Order: sequence, then structure tokens, then C-alpha cells
Amino acid sequence: MEYFIQQLLNGLTLGSIYGLVAIGYTMVYGIIGMINFAHGDIFMLGGFAALIVFLILTSFIAGIPVALALLIMMVVAMLVTSLWNWTIERVAYRPLRGSFRLAPLITAIGMSIVLSNFIQVTQGPRNKPIPPLVNDVFHFGDVTVSLKQMVIVVVTAVLLTIFWYIVNKTPLGRAQRATEQDRKMAALLGVDVDRTISITFIMGASLAAVAGTMYLMYYGVASFADGFIPGVKAFTAAVLGGIGSLPGAVLGGLLIGLIESLWSAYFSIAYKDVATFAILAFVLIFKPTGILGRPEVEKV
Amino acid sequence: MTNAQSPAKEAAPGVMAQAVKEGLFAGILAFGMFLLYVGIETYQNIDNALVWRTRWGLLAIFVAVSAIGRFLVVGFFKPRIDRRKLAKAKAGIPEVSDDKGFFHRNFLKIAMLALVLYPPVVVSLYGVQGSLKFVDNFGIQILIYVMLAWGLNVVVGLAGLLDLGYVAFYAVGAYSYALLSQTFGLSFWVLLPMAGILAAFWGIILGFPVLRLRGDYLAIVTLAFGEIIRLVLMNWTEVTGGTAGISGIAKASIFGIWSFDVGASNNFARSFGLPMSSAYYKIFLFYVILALCLITAYVTIKLRSMPIGRAWEALREDEIACRSLGIDTVKTKLTAFAIGAMFGGFAGSFFAARQGFVSPESFVFLESAVILAIVVLGGMGSLTGIAVAAIVMVGGTELLREMEFLKHVFGEDFTPELYRMLLFGLAMVAVMLFKPRGFVGSRQPTAFLKERKSVSGSFTKEGHG
Repeated sequence: MEYFIQQLLNGLTLGSIYGLVAIGYTMVYGIIGMINFAHGDIFMLGGFAALIVFLILTSFIAGIPVALALLIMMVVAMLVTSLWNWTIERVAYRPLRGSFRLAPLITAIGMSIVLSNFIQVTQGPRNKPIPPLVNDVFHFGDVTVSLKQMVIVVVTAVLLTIFWYIVNKTPLGRAQRATEQDRKMAALLGVDVDRTISITFIMGASLAAVAGTMYLMYYGVASFADGFIPGVKAFTAAVLGGIGSLPGAVLGGLLIGLIESLWSAYFSIAYKDVATFAILAFVLIFKPTGILGRPEVEKV
Repeated sequence: MTNAQSPAKEAAPGVMAQAVKEGLFAGILAFGMFLLYVGIETYQNIDNALVWRTRWGLLAIFVAVSAIGRFLVVGFFKPRIDRRKLAKAKAGIPEVSDDKGFFHRNFLKIAMLALVLYPPVVVSLYGVQGSLKFVDNFGIQILIYVMLAWGLNVVVGLAGLLDLGYVAFYAVGAYSYALLSQTFGLSFWVLLPMAGILAAFWGIILGFPVLRLRGDYLAIVTLAFGEIIRLVLMNWTEVTGGTAGISGIAKASIFGIWSFDVGASNNFARSFGLPMSSAYYKIFLFYVILALCLITAYVTIKLRSMPIGRAWEALREDEIACRSLGIDTVKTKLTAFAIGAMFGGFAGSFFAARQGFVSPESFVFLESAVILAIVVLGGMGSLTGIAVAAIVMVGGTELLREMEFLKHVFGEDFTPELYRMLLFGLAMVAVMLFKPRGFVGSRQPTAFLKERKSVSGSFTKEGHG
């Protein structure tokens, strides 16, 4: 039983990270109907920004409090990835908005290749390890909870609350939901569609940057190739939850995290990704629009 | 019309001010984007600890290039392009013209002749050993991608089903040749069709569950399927050799008459009294893959004018209309998957015979993405366009390996190969931005009244299922 709870906690931690990245996918998909393949690499860029900021901070201020360091890392990573995602949207996606569906998908895949190779070229192909930031662990009976797991879950919960508030209670969120429902009509009613879409990309990038910082803190290593696998899993999570649905993305992320850690614990680590993808295929066969997705209306 | 010749001067102050403003903005933006990643280099010191140092010079170059680039685009290129577009619109030139020059009319014959003569010409220019690089890296490499892209074109371009895991069938073909030839000692010519059939079988297996899915759900499930195949190949060590892969795969022979094994008594070079070289095998393989490509093209063209091909294209245009007209969408989708997968399987077994080695490393998602990119960049559904895209994208990146002279420009540590994929990605984005409809934007309909007319690619849809 303790073992099971332990795995549940590990899965929850991992799932929080996937959920944060998945929101970026699902928001972009909801608002402009494209799979933003470069989002996984934005997550990787966030991790790298946090890593570089950490190195600079520790070399200038020797005994900087860990909480402050993490906060600065997170904020800088959010700023930098927002700039990147904003620029990418302007340069590579916006000109193709009226074009056919596959065109932005191809530029997104191209951007993903560009970003990971850009980091490989500028920062080198080797893994970048950093010393562990947060070491404390707590024991509840036989269950061990590390402080970093708590930080991840708490930060995720706080961010999701803020995010939920923005989307549901602010004029900006209303504009976003309107753009999602009907872009033309929203524009006619005075919503600045371009600006709303840009802000959506910025929000997605910020959440991905936080996820990247958490990932760096959790595993203590960053690599240029780290964008793809977590990116695909987060995208899987978004689809599993029903793409376009925000609670669905979080639910999907948590589910993927749980499946992954439970499968590794009870069956085999080698096939954990196979299990994830197989469950995705299985769910979609019986529920083709994901768990919380709205059924697509067929129009003639 | 004097305005049309010098509007840049007339509108110059406004445009220039705008260009300076946007250039400055781009510079500031670039500074923010590149400050951490370019301005600071992280590396491991002797104690294996991660440390950093600054690269202000490089950062300055990045910022300057962004600013000046944006300035030039806004100030000079954009007004010029706008003017040309305006002139074109005024002149009223139709987008697709039917009058073609000699080269256009005889394109197929010229291209065929060039391809058949390519190895002899290269051999006569660079000698037998010197031709290896050109035949293998450029010829065979590009033709494999042409074949894969034509295979995927059946699924994406004709039937409009977005498949992001095409590389799985390529892997199935490669591994079935590798395993069956090692276990049962069967020859390439027996296993080539078998690999195709096995891949087609997997295509159907994948096709069944995804029949109900549409659009991006289909995309993610095919992606998942591709990853599952790769992960199984990677982890099922007893059979597939895991990450180490399978090596020492038998070479193909010229229908069993001549072999390319060095020790064999009927070795090709020995039989003809030629000096030993691996180049003969590559030249032979070049013709094999050329033949395979031609078969793919022939089958695709024939299928397009057959009921099943028409059903594919109808499915791409409108699935509901298809169903209303009594077209069996299940059968149509499954055949598209199966036939696309079969070509992937052929290409896979050819790949295994060429490399003599297969490992899961060759079948990552990036390959699927590259193949899909070639299909889309070529202008989906157009065989010529896809071939052109394959030559530009694959040949272009291969060419980069050869750019030794760049070392003299950028210094000795400069390795052009590092930038290969970076440039590939940038090219993908650039081509899509400038030619969203792909290299060949016109289509030849298979059903027509009286005479065949090209239509613009914008009239064809890309499907939604």
C-alpha cells in the first residue's frame, strides 16, 4: 500500500509537469486549430534559460536562498520563452493563418527542429547537469515525500488557479474564449484577434517555462533533446483529455503521469511509453474526442 | 505608369521610417531572445562542474543580423514584392498557364534519361571509387526519400489522412528483411515483396482502430503508433537486438546470378575482372531504388484513375458526400493505409539491404516529419513536386556535408554537419512561408471533359480525416 501511494505521488508530480505543458498545446489548438509542435521545444528552452540563470546567480551571489533563486529562474525563463513563442507565432504561424491546415503544422515541425538544433549548436550537445537545488525529504510512515515534489505540485496548483481565473473571469479570457468559438464573429464584435492569439502563445510559453524550470529542478539535468519526448507526452495528455479543453489538459497530464509511474513500478520501465501511447489509442477508439472533449459537429 | 517604376522613392520617407523602427524593434527582440542562449556559453570545466562564460561578440552579430535583416525586408524587399504582386494583378496573368516550353513538355523523358545516365556519367567523371559518394549520398539517399514521400503521398496527398507515424512501416520493412534474411537465409528478391506485404498488413492493423478518428486525433494516434513500433524494436532485445540493432545483413544480389559479397565465387567485380570496389554495389542499388520509385509512381498514377483512387480523392474532398454516394469509406481508408504502408515497406527492406545494418535510431519521429514535410513542400498530391522537394531538402542537406571550403571562412573547428538539421528546419519554415502550396501548385485532374486542364492546387482540399 505504501509503495502504491509512493508511486501515486511520483505520478502526480510528473503529471503536473505534463499538465502545464499540455495547457499550451490545448490552448493553441483551441484558438487557432493547429498542433504547435514547437511547444515541447519551448519547454526545453525554458529549462535551459533556468539553467543559465541558475549558473549566473550562483556565481555572483554565493549563498542565495534557494526559494529566491528558483523564483528568479522561473520569472526569467517565462520572459525569455514568451519572447520566443511570440516571435515564432509572428514569423512562422501568423502569415499562414488563412492557408490550408497542414501549412502551419509543417512550419511548427520546422520550428521544433530549428529550436532543438539551435540549442545544440549554441550550448553543445552534452547533457548539462546542475547540483541538486532542493534536498529535503519528509517521511510519512513509509511514504517519502521530497520537498521538490511538493514545490512542483503546489506551484502547479497555484498557477492553474491563476490561469483558471484569467480564462474565466477577466476580459482577456473572455476575448480568448470568443476567439476560440468564432474568430470572425469575435473580430466583428471588436475583439483584437491578433493580439488575443499572441497573448495565448505568451501564456502557453510561460506555463511551459515554469514546467521546464520544475523539470530541471526535479531531474537536475537539461539537454537540447529534452523537448521532444516530454512534448509528445504533453500533447498526448492534451488529446487524451480532449484537445481544446483546459481541464481536460490537466486531467490528461495527471493521467499520463500516473500511468507512467504506475506502469514503471509494477510492470516494466522499458515499456512505460508504450503503455502511455497504447492507452491513448485505446481511449480514442472508444471515445474519439478524448475524455472531456466536445463531440465534433459534422457540417455539410 | 511612371509611378510603378519609382514608387519606392516617392513613398521612401514613410517606408524608411517604418523600416528603421521595425529594424530597431527586431534588434531589441533579438537581444532578449539570444541574450541567454547565445550571449552565454555553458560548458563543463576540468572538475566536471558546469560553468559559464560570455560571448558578447557572437551576440552582437546575432542582434545586428536580426536588426539589419528586418530593416532590409521592411524597407526594400517588401515594397518590391508588393509592387510585383500589384503589377501581376493588374496584368491579370492566370495563376496556372497551360502553354509549356520544350523542357516542360518533355520533362518526364529528360528526367528519366538524366537519372538512368547519372551513374555512368559520375563514374566517367570521378572514377569508380570516386563515384561512390555521389551515387550513394546523393543518388540513393534522395531516391529513398522520393520513394517514401510518394508512398506517404497516397495516404496524405490523395486520401487526405494525416499520418505522422509513417516511419513505422519503413521500420517494419527494414526489420522484416533483416530478421527473415538472417533467420531463414532468404534472398533480397524474395523478401522485398514479403516486406511490402508485412508492412501493408501493419498498415491495415493500424487502420482499423483509427477509422473513426479524424484530423488531429488521427495524427496523434499514428504518431503514437510510430513511437510504439520504435520502442518495441528498442526494447525487445532478444529478437531485434535492442538499441544495438542488427548488423551484417545480407546484401542484395543481381537476381542470384552475381553477388556482391567479397568472398563469393560469383562476385560481380571478379566475374568481370574489374578491380574490387564497393561502388558497383551502390550503382546496382541505385538502379534498384530507381526501379522501385518508378513502380511507385506508375502504381500511384494508375490508381488515381481507377475507382479506388477516385474514391481516395473524393474522400479527401468531402467525407460526408462520399458516404452519401455509397462509397465504402472503411474500405477506402484501409486500402490507402495499406498501399501507402506497402511502399514504405519496400523502401525499408531496400534501406536494410543498402546499410547492412538497422537500428531503432533510424526510425525516429524526425524521419516521419521529414517525409511529411517533403510531401507538403512538394505540393501534396503532385509526384513531380514531391520529387523536387526531396531533391532540394535532402540533397541540400547532404550538400552541406561537402562544404569543406566553409572551414576556411569560419575557421578550422567549423563543422558544417552540425548546422545540417538547423538549416533543414529553417528551410522547411521558409519554403512554407513563401510557397504555402508547395513547389508545384497545379494539379492534373484524372477525370475531365474533352481536354485535360491544369487547375490550381488551391482548389484541392487537404482532407480532414
